[in-house]
Amino acid sequence: MAAHLSSGRVNLTALREAGRRELREFLDKCAGSKAIVWDESLTGPFGLIAQYSLLKEHEVEKMFTLKPGRLPQADVKNIIFFVRPRLELMDIITDNVLREDRGRSPQRDFHILFVPRRSLLCEQWLKEQGVLGSFIHREQYSLDLIPFDGDLLSMEAESAFKECYLESDQTSLYHAAKGLMTLQALYGTIPQIFGKGECARHVANMMIRMKREFPGSQNSIFPVFDTLLLLDRNVDLLTPLATQLTYEGLIDEIYGIQNTYVKLPPEKFAPKKQGEGGKDLPTEPKKLQLNSAEELYAEIRDKNFNAVGSVLSKKAKIISAAFEERHHAKTVGEIKQFVSQLPHMQAARSSLANHTSIAELIKDITTSEDFFDNLTVEQEFMSGIDTDKVNTYIEDCIAQKHPLIKILRLVCLQSVCNSGLKQKVLDHYKREIIQTYGYEHILTLNNLEKAGLLKPQTGGRNNYPTIRKTLRLWMDDVNEQNPNDISYVYSGYAPLSVRLAQLLARPGWRSIEEVLKMLPGPHFEERQQLPTGLQKKRQHGENRVTLVFFLGGVTYAEIAALRFLSQMEDGGTEYVIATTKLINGTTWMKSLMEKLEPAPF
Amino acid sequence: MSRVRADEEEYWHSSKFRAFTFDDEDDELSQLKESKQAVNSLRDIVDDDDDDLERVSWSGEPVGSISWSIKETASSSTSSLEGRDSSLQKGSSSYAAFPKQVSSYSLSSLFKGRNKLPSFQSLSDALSDTGVKNYAPELRRPKAEYKDYSNDWSPKDTVRRMQRGKVCSLERFRSLQDKLVLLDEAVAGHDGNVITAVLIFLKRTLRREILFRELEVRQVALCHLIHFLKETGEQKLLLDLLRFLDRTEEVALSQYREHLNIQDVEKRKEFLKGCVGLPFSAEDTSHIQDHYTLLERQIIIETNDRHLEKSGQSEIFRKYPRKASILNMPLVTTLFYSCFYHYTEAEGTFSSPTNLKKTFKIPDKQYVLTALAARAKLRAWDDVDALFTTKNWLGYTKKKAPIGFHRVVEILQRNNAPVQVLQEYVRLVEDVETRLSLATKYKCHDVVIETYKDLKDRIQLTAYKCKVERGSAEEEKINSILNNMQIRWKN
Repeated sequence: MAAHLSSGRVNLTALREAGRRELREFLDKCAGSKAIVWDESLTGPFGLIAQYSLLKEHEVEKMFTLKPGRLPQADVKNIIFFVRPRLELMDIITDNVLREDRGRSPQRDFHILFVPRRSLLCEQWLKEQGVLGSFIHREQYSLDLIPFDGDLLSMEAESAFKECYLESDQTSLYHAAKGLMTLQALYGTIPQIFGKGECARHVANMMIRMKREFPGSQNSIFPVFDTLLLLDRNVDLLTPLATQLTYEGLIDEIYGIQNTYVKLPPEKFAPKKQGEGGKDLPTEPKKLQLNSAEELYAEIRDKNFNAVGSVLSKKAKIISAAFEERHHAKTVGEIKQFVSQLPHMQAARSSLANHTSIAELIKDITTSEDFFDNLTVEQEFMSGIDTDKVNTYIEDCIAQKHPLIKILRLVCLQSVCNSGLKQKVLDHYKREIIQTYGYEHILTLNNLEKAGLLKPQTGGRNNYPTIRKTLRLWMDDVNEQNPNDISYVYSGYAPLSVRLAQLLARPGWRSIEEVLKMLPGPHFEERQQLPTGLQKKRQHGENRVTLVFFLGGVTYAEIAALRFLSQMEDGGTEYVIATTKLINGTTWMKSLMEKLEPAPF
Repeated sequence: MSRVRADEEEYWHSSKFRAFTFDDEDDELSQLKESKQAVNSLRDIVDDDDDDLERVSWSGEPVGSISWSIKETASSSTSSLEGRDSSLQKGSSSYAAFPKQVSSYSLSSLFKGRNKLPSFQSLSDALSDTGVKNYAPELRRPKAEYKDYSNDWSPKDTVRRMQRGKVCSLERFRSLQDKLVLLDEAVAGHDGNVITAVLIFLKRTLRREILFRELEVRQVALCHLIHFLKETGEQKLLLDLLRFLDRTEEVALSQYREHLNIQDVEKRKEFLKGCVGLPFSAEDTSHIQDHYTLLERQIIIETNDRHLEKSGQSEIFRKYPRKASILNMPLVTTLFYSCFYHYTEAEGTFSSPTNLKKTFKIPDKQYVLTALAARAKLRAWDDVDALFTTKNWLGYTKKKAPIGFHRVVEILQRNNAPVQVLQEYVRLVEDVETRLSLATKYKCHDVVIETYKDLKDRIQLTAYKCKVERGSAEEEKINSILNNMQIRWKN
């Protein structure tokens, strides 16, 4: 069920178990039959913790999605709202509660479970609507870090970046610190903390403070993690803007992966059984779960897409050969053995079929002219070519009204790779964008400026070339098939964030002091004292375990790069990754845009 | 400056930078095909159900997952709901009236219910009574009731308890000093939830000027209050605060944002007019002014055109009825619209393209692109021709395109221009390679033939013969050129 969580160096099943326990405890507080009303954004993350069966064991009989109007007539004792603490959801809940038939008997009891934290603001809001008193239990469920895979944790807080860097609201950082405390309670105190950036500094401060304030939290668990590295997203604004070129990264860029699930166009997945040709093509998107529980996916997810085809064809040969074996099975024993292997072989075949189809879908896009042109410009910028003038490709895209998000990604990329644009260039882009897409986008452009993604160059100094050279962010000879450097994940560009992690492990940050000073925010090191009995004596050849926490989001390509480092033979460090949200350039831009009314055509 | 594709490829091959090219294109594709074939052939061997691995319902959700169960249980309950409804209808009054009764009933019952509840059972009850006073004014400040358990906690303990979601009263922090210590403690704890709760308390118990003054030196708390005011839509207080802080540009933007909530165009226009004088940055000021002017224009154009369309007197509207109104459209869309419906109008009218171009200082390039797209869509090839024709002072005409003729060709092609029109512009593409590739792509045979002739490339010209129809004029032309003894072929 959750085998993929225990496959890594750190067994994350324990975290999942802790989450399940807390959930059971809450459900048992509301005695009797229950219906859960779900904030839709929570079903995905909860699905990673528990299946319906667990809820059913605790008398959850019905489940609904939260929407305005009257609640469905379920004959249950309890109605429980599972929600994020957001004001617009409180309005819906209010509507639900006010429309409840007070005359019905027996009456239904209302409860709210806030995820991840009770919000006084929301309760205040409910109170102003006059419904706060209707709720018997108002509790919180601290689903801070959700285990996504054996080496991956996410808070799935999509607005974390916006809140931290645009609104200076540090609530999500508080949750991150809380999540880290939970993690330490389960896996031991992390002796070393490194960090870069303002938010990283805040989180480290909070952790130290929390530890001091709850001396009881001093635990006697042998530490699993050696190091925690906290990284601000705004230390590396560049990476998420570039198009990810790993298999998993491209799936996310093109179709969007949500809570490990992806929805794909159904045409390529039509069952091709004989005699059924053509009729009844499925119209609903095909939904697939993507995680390391699937052997083949674990093998190809982090490869450069150009290296995926050869693996798939190799697998195909192996599987074909395995099925051929049946002709050679002569004795009963041999046949029996073959049959016993069948389920596994069928699983492998079906997995191969799916990924072959996905690879075909992606290939259609990566071979398109526009994908090529876009990538060409991205790579020019990242390698430092013509970043200081108006780019004709971007102009053309605006003239042809390509999606605004694509334009913004490119313009921001250019700005970041030039340490800000010349005022004239910036003004030109802004004018073109608002004249073509609408004046109201002044607001979005303003947000991007505030976040530092789009800015005028100050002092006429461009630091990017120095940073690029010192951190070797651009590699000319990249090997996509058998990579020897993390730059393979962007076919040439090595993600800055991961380079920082790599250099921290070896030879240490002292070697790059100058560049660290050019990047925003402080860099620091903290030590947490361990009782003498728990201090680690490292076996010879044993790898260190580092938890890298991306505050403000991480991309699949960055995760792939860290996994690549984990697997390096003489790397000496294995990585576990945590983040506020799994992002890509598009979802990230969206989170920074002003919510605008959709145009009528 | 503008590189064309052919150049681009050359660029990649010659430069040290590596693009994401599929060098082993055929190999790659064949590999995918290979695995596809293997997969398909295996289907014949074991014709099992694909979804055996993980049971998946029709919609693709794994059976047993939470989102699947929501649909499942919800659908079964809708049927029971329907059953209920029908029995209800049979039973008595009309169903439509039912929810109404319920809600009016429940409101009053809630009101009663509130009083019956133990008061101030929760933190937020204790925090503020703004909500209560709407319903039960007599409940304001019953200080005695707070006494029970929360009197002795220091600001630090209070904050710590609140962080753990415990019940706490803030009313006992009465002096400004105490309140500020409390706020500082909350900020030090970084929990936005608690900071906001304390701010709500301060907002309610402090005079506005004092609150503003104290927040000015507490940036984190200030940000939280601004965020809170935005969330709850307390626009007036927000603007007062920003003004107090002299963050004038933010005031302006925040006010400007409001226009998005105004549906009525006349009101929106008036609102934007009011925004023009706000202290935006110099650059934004001109944009806001333009936004206002544009909407003003659009309203005039919309009124006229709707009338024109209805009356059925204008041919263009009869032939191409409008799909949507032009109100609130971006500038370039508006220009396209006016190039489409009002191309020939004199500069004096509001709806004429030249007037728009002048008023909004639309660059030549932008204008030509938009006009070209609009006229090509109408297949008005003469207008297209005129767009690129310039006369010099001797009266000679010359073709010129500020956007490069390869772009012109692309746009015309997208609008299904006939070959005769297309080739005229292909011929004007300066770069020979680009011209050849465009001409070949769009089958402008004449251009291809002439270009090879100019290049004196006999081999290519001979090879091209198989691309044209047999016995056609083009073939004849190729033959006559190849037979022309006066050409000195380079090969």
